[in-house]
Amino acid sequence: MHDEQAQSRTTSRKDVATAALAGVATEPGVAKPDPILVADTVVRRFGGLTAVDVDHFEVQRGAITALIGPNGAGKTTFFNLLTGFDQPDSGEWTFEGKPVQKVAAHRVARRGMVRTFQLTKALSRLTVLENMRLGATGQRGENFAAALLRPLWRSQEAAITAQADDLLARFKLDTKRGDFAGSLSGGQRKLLEMARALMTNPTMVMLDEPMAGVNPALTQSLLGHVKDLREQGMTVLFVEHDMDMVRDISDWVVVMAEGRIIAEGPPESVMTNPAVIDAYLGGHHDQPLVSAPAVDKEERG
Amino acid sequence: MDFDSVLRNGLQAAVGVDAIVFALAAIGLNVHFGYAGLLNFGQAAFVLVGAYGIGIGVVYLGLPLGVALLLGLAGSIVLALLLGIPTLRLRADYLAIVTIAAAEILRLVARANSFRDVSGGSDGLSGFAGSYFALNPFPPGDYGFGYLTFDERGFYNIVVGWSLVAISVLAVFLWMRSPWGRVLKAIREDEDAVRSLGKNVFSYKMQALIIGGVIGCLAGFVYSLSRSSVQPDNYGTAFTFFAYTVLLLGGAARVFGPVLGAMIFWLVISLTDTLLRQGVNNDIIPSYILNGTQVGQVRFMLVGLALMLLMIYRPQGIFGDRRELMLDAR
Repeated sequence: MHDEQAQSRTTSRKDVATAALAGVATEPGVAKPDPILVADTVVRRFGGLTAVDVDHFEVQRGAITALIGPNGAGKTTFFNLLTGFDQPDSGEWTFEGKPVQKVAAHRVARRGMVRTFQLTKALSRLTVLENMRLGATGQRGENFAAALLRPLWRSQEAAITAQADDLLARFKLDTKRGDFAGSLSGGQRKLLEMARALMTNPTMVMLDEPMAGVNPALTQSLLGHVKDLREQGMTVLFVEHDMDMVRDISDWVVVMAEGRIIAEGPPESVMTNPAVIDAYLGGHHDQPLVSAPAVDKEERG
Repeated sequence: MDFDSVLRNGLQAAVGVDAIVFALAAIGLNVHFGYAGLLNFGQAAFVLVGAYGIGIGVVYLGLPLGVALLLGLAGSIVLALLLGIPTLRLRADYLAIVTIAAAEILRLVARANSFRDVSGGSDGLSGFAGSYFALNPFPPGDYGFGYLTFDERGFYNIVVGWSLVAISVLAVFLWMRSPWGRVLKAIREDEDAVRSLGKNVFSYKMQALIIGGVIGCLAGFVYSLSRSSVQPDNYGTAFTFFAYTVLLLGGAARVFGPVLGAMIFWLVISLTDTLLRQGVNNDIIPSYILNGTQVGQVRFMLVGLALMLLMIYRPQGIFGDRRELMLDAR
């Protein structure tokens, strides 16, 4: 019964996102009907290497957007720029209509754009519950003077704990509540990090390779949680380099290669886009090696 | 061998002014290093600022003691800001380099001949604790019980010192059970994660640096007032390293760790010192092995040995939790 309700809701939210994106052209940097995040001419150079060079990029509100590309495509760097963890050489972008370039990372998070990390950052020597409580924003007890007087923050702490227990139950971590986060398995840490991010009540969740290093059994559960975020009205942007993961859950796929966006579209169409296949497999993958001396030479070099 | 005096000296050292000074310095360091993960290698600088704040305030500026105390506190806050603003945005190692250098610079400036009329050069300053001892409520006589008997001045120092320790311990306890303390501990684990959750990491690290520095400054107050003098060379790098020893001995990130650590540290130093000295004086230790002037150095070797054994068999310190330490290995 409960599952059925969830199922019907799932189809509705997914349908909304799919319908909204149905008429959008499948070309790089295309405009979306209701963008929550809009970025323009974002460039980041590391010495002579241009890691990110994105002309225009939009993320549709309420949809799951995947940012994919081969290793070294600049996905994570772009991600770091958008969330304020790295500064671009040029470029500007807005979140919910307000500019967020040159805004400190913690302020970006407070505006409702919260991220996770490719290498999971569970706070090892804090318990799972403390990890969760940390995520809540606007805590009175986080002021160093108010912290000394427990009555000032006791009731808020109780509310935060209730919210944390709720999320822990949803992510099936409630039995680990009192354990050090450092004692969790890799997959459980990914779950904890996602749940902790949700404690900030975000409007947009940015997941950097949420499936990396997670065993296949847990992958399905993680995918379910990502879909759940959309059901609760959140926008999801996630980085992944495994195309199969992307096919199942994303409403829209953006492909990066060598720092640029080379293709966009619904998962089915992107997977068959020749530019994408070239980016992943190399331009001469379908030609016999003897007739492609350039590749041969590169490999020798 | 006079084991009676060995025990007496040992116990008196364990609750004496030196133990109080290092307990306070290490409580401050615990806020820095134990909870916030700030690698402050210049805790001696905060103690020096406290001690010289009183000394210069009273002797050179002619201020009343109360105002000189405020001068010391303000000085330690300014020092924390000066150290923190350029370094807290950078990786942890930069703070370590800057703090150890700043502590030495402060000590060398304090003992510089050019500033002799302000800070007294290498002789330091003295004779500024008159109004402190004038407040002594204990009439002349002996106080305490058994081995722990002190004259009225010694007892006064100890009461004032341990009160400051108690207040500091209580404040650290209240802070570290609060959400504020949680943010600090989270920063120690991974500051990017904390940043991604919307916390201003720089501000929290600065607050921790100031609070730990102010507690270190209290150590300087006790140090200088109890002796009624400040000497620049008491605040060398060795001071900071002893404070770290005390902290790790008791267990970092434990509220009572620095207090117990300081008591044990000074107990062990006193025991080894009196035992060796008596051994030399009574010809139990022949003079071709060790003479009286070498005892001072040898006792620190023995303390070093004891610390190595501690790190091998109980690396988490006395109060620490070994399981917590194992998490670092991942």
